[in-house]
Amino acid sequence: MSKIVIDPMTRIEGHLKIETVVEDGVVKEARSSGNLFRGIELILRGRDPRDAQVITQRICGVCPQSHGVAAALSVDSALGIGGKIPPNARIIRNLIQGAHVAQDHVLHFYHLAALDYVDITDVAKYEGKNSGLNSVKDFISCGELGPFVPRYEGDYRLPPEVNQQAVAHYIEALEIRRIGHEMVSIFSGKIPHSVGIVPGGVTTTPTVDKIISFLWKLRRLQDFIDNTYIPDVLAVAGAYPDYCEIGAGCKNLLSYGAYDLEGEEPDLTLRKRLYVQGVTSADLKPGKLDITKIIENLKHSWYQNSSTGRHPTQGETKPEYGKEGAYSWVKSPRYEGKVYEVGPLARVAVSYANGDPVIKNLVDSALAQLKAPPSALFSVMGRHLARAICAKVIADNLEKWLLELKVGEPTFVEYTIPEEGRGVGLTEAARGALGHWIEIKEQKIANYQCVVPTTWNASPKDDNGNPGPIEQAITGTKIRDKSNPFEIVRIVRSFDPCLACAIH
Amino acid sequence: MVKEIPLVWLAASACTGCSVSLLNSASPTIKNILIDQVLPGVHINLRFHPTIMAGSGEQVIQVLEDTAKEKKGNYVLAVDGAIPTANNAVYCVMGERNGQPVTIETRLEELARDALAILAVGTCAAFGGISAAAPNPSSAQPVRTVLEAKSISKPLINIPGCPPHPDWFVGTVAGILLNGLPKAEDLDDNLRPLAFYGKLIHENCPRRAYFDEGKFAKKPGDEGCLYELGCKGPITYADCPLRRWNNGTNWVIGTGAPCNGCTQPEFPDLMSPFYEKLVDVELPVIGAYWLTDKEEK
Repeated sequence: MSKIVIDPMTRIEGHLKIETVVEDGVVKEARSSGNLFRGIELILRGRDPRDAQVITQRICGVCPQSHGVAAALSVDSALGIGGKIPPNARIIRNLIQGAHVAQDHVLHFYHLAALDYVDITDVAKYEGKNSGLNSVKDFISCGELGPFVPRYEGDYRLPPEVNQQAVAHYIEALEIRRIGHEMVSIFSGKIPHSVGIVPGGVTTTPTVDKIISFLWKLRRLQDFIDNTYIPDVLAVAGAYPDYCEIGAGCKNLLSYGAYDLEGEEPDLTLRKRLYVQGVTSADLKPGKLDITKIIENLKHSWYQNSSTGRHPTQGETKPEYGKEGAYSWVKSPRYEGKVYEVGPLARVAVSYANGDPVIKNLVDSALAQLKAPPSALFSVMGRHLARAICAKVIADNLEKWLLELKVGEPTFVEYTIPEEGRGVGLTEAARGALGHWIEIKEQKIANYQCVVPTTWNASPKDDNGNPGPIEQAITGTKIRDKSNPFEIVRIVRSFDPCLACAIH
Repeated sequence: MVKEIPLVWLAASACTGCSVSLLNSASPTIKNILIDQVLPGVHINLRFHPTIMAGSGEQVIQVLEDTAKEKKGNYVLAVDGAIPTANNAVYCVMGERNGQPVTIETRLEELARDALAILAVGTCAAFGGISAAAPNPSSAQPVRTVLEAKSISKPLINIPGCPPHPDWFVGTVAGILLNGLPKAEDLDDNLRPLAFYGKLIHENCPRRAYFDEGKFAKKPGDEGCLYELGCKGPITYADCPLRRWNNGTNWVIGTGAPCNGCTQPEFPDLMSPFYEKLVDVELPVIGAYWLTDKEEK
């Protein structure tokens, strides 16, 4: 029996430690520990409810936009204007969030995940005329290989020319994701931590110059997703077929749905959305979601046990470092008492289970190319594939929504802040189901609880001792080389963890 | 011969927004910064950055610790995020030593002692920012406060902003590479480079004429100055109106939103409520003419 400790777990957002016990080359037990606590929920208390979207975006600089949306939705509902947001504002919120999420998926595959599969040192053998690759070749020849070395060694399987092409795509993807941010900036001022989405709507107005500029930046993004990103994911999955079989985890998937397609339904669990709300499991049958059955466990987290098992509307955040048996700042959200994974795989699988024709077609044709059954979705490569499909689906819808904007029509509805109120904001961040719950008293924030995608995925054991999704996904995995535990980091990164989000 | 400038990036109580903003650098691009000679004959050797680097775990902690020894006095240390100090600084830890977690406060102390210079990137590292907002649950402190408490006197430059514009970071680094460390007169009292933080937002704001004429927006989307919607531009030092964000695409006030003062030590507590008009602030010169004039009438 031996231990593998990976701290820091890099190329994710934030401070994550992964600790495993390995017996006979197989992971017997895994622990996921979130290692940074800020207490944003405590910081929110007593503040003006309108400030929630400014503060909560700062939960995460990688996915601020989704927190802005969740906060605006929660405050909208607490203000009683959830069904009164003007169509232009609803659409602009979708454009801001969608552009941000699409570039985030590109960032994840190329800049966070790819170095686990792509051998950059093969560029030393490059003989062609691509100036980007030749500059990387010069860089390698100088011998100072930071930040690309050290790394785990011994399992890079792509042929040299494919590695070289992938490095060229890594460089191109840097530009593509920057363009994605420019799209956000068109309607939201700047990013990270943008300013366009506010309770009541958005601050900006649509104009033809913004629309046409957004459209042609979008075309670049779409071209890259269709002709580079998706083919690259399929190529990597083809070269690492064992990763279509490992890392499955709990196989329970949950999605809140996202991207409002109508504005008049005040209850956002009933609102028509691009991604369907619901749950599904290994059988890929559709299930309804009842958000009143979400709770957070605290037994293995560094918080006082007194408020364990509560719904977020009653949730509390009372830190207690060193608590017996606890090993993480991440709480343990559970649905109907069970462990659920959230993220692009959940979005895709829930829509697939509900028969969404576009998503069904994309999933089925990708699986056919890989000659893999639907069960392969529950794997490391299944998550990467689902993420790429999400990028395509959202990018393709952005064009449609953009052209629905009506220049000159309103983008904001006025409101007054009530003495008391409660609200909920549910959406899908890049990394999965994101919920904000707000309680207003005396026109100030009395309580604010966030249950964030990586809170679900990186959660420690719950009060019944059931490990979280990442912990389950690692457990049972065969480790070929304990000094270079590729399997662990590849599984963890397939979830695209964000620890600043998870703990907040 | 290419001169290598070792750079280590320590992520403290941060959201990674400062790093993501740096990825948005347009000229030079982030590829130019990491791969190419960012200036002729000079290459930035990014040895440690938790979000970018290939390796994980012990092997990268080794790089961090080796850099402090082998490149003693020659490496640049960038820090994003504030430094939690409460409860023996347990609120942010990275890596282990003898089976015990090492706090970010300890990492900062060890790396800062032998650095050539320290860049506090973003408002959290520079002034505490969001991580240190009331009630400051982790007693997060700015880098400057922690270094002073440990009696470490190394050149420190604050590059605030939530997040900072990539040009502010890249420009500051380029300044060091071209001209050496900034002189006292190049920085303001808050250790910010005057080149980027020398003027108030309000001084260069394209909506300034509205302010002087007394034409104020009453709700988002209106024409007019955003002062009554809570704009903190009159007390915020940064060049956003001229530089604009995301490759010059737009900026905060350009999208009809009030500036929230994110480059200031007062962010966020004294800048909020963000959507309420500034009170009890003496507007420095600006607009005084109009306000006085109006009140007298």
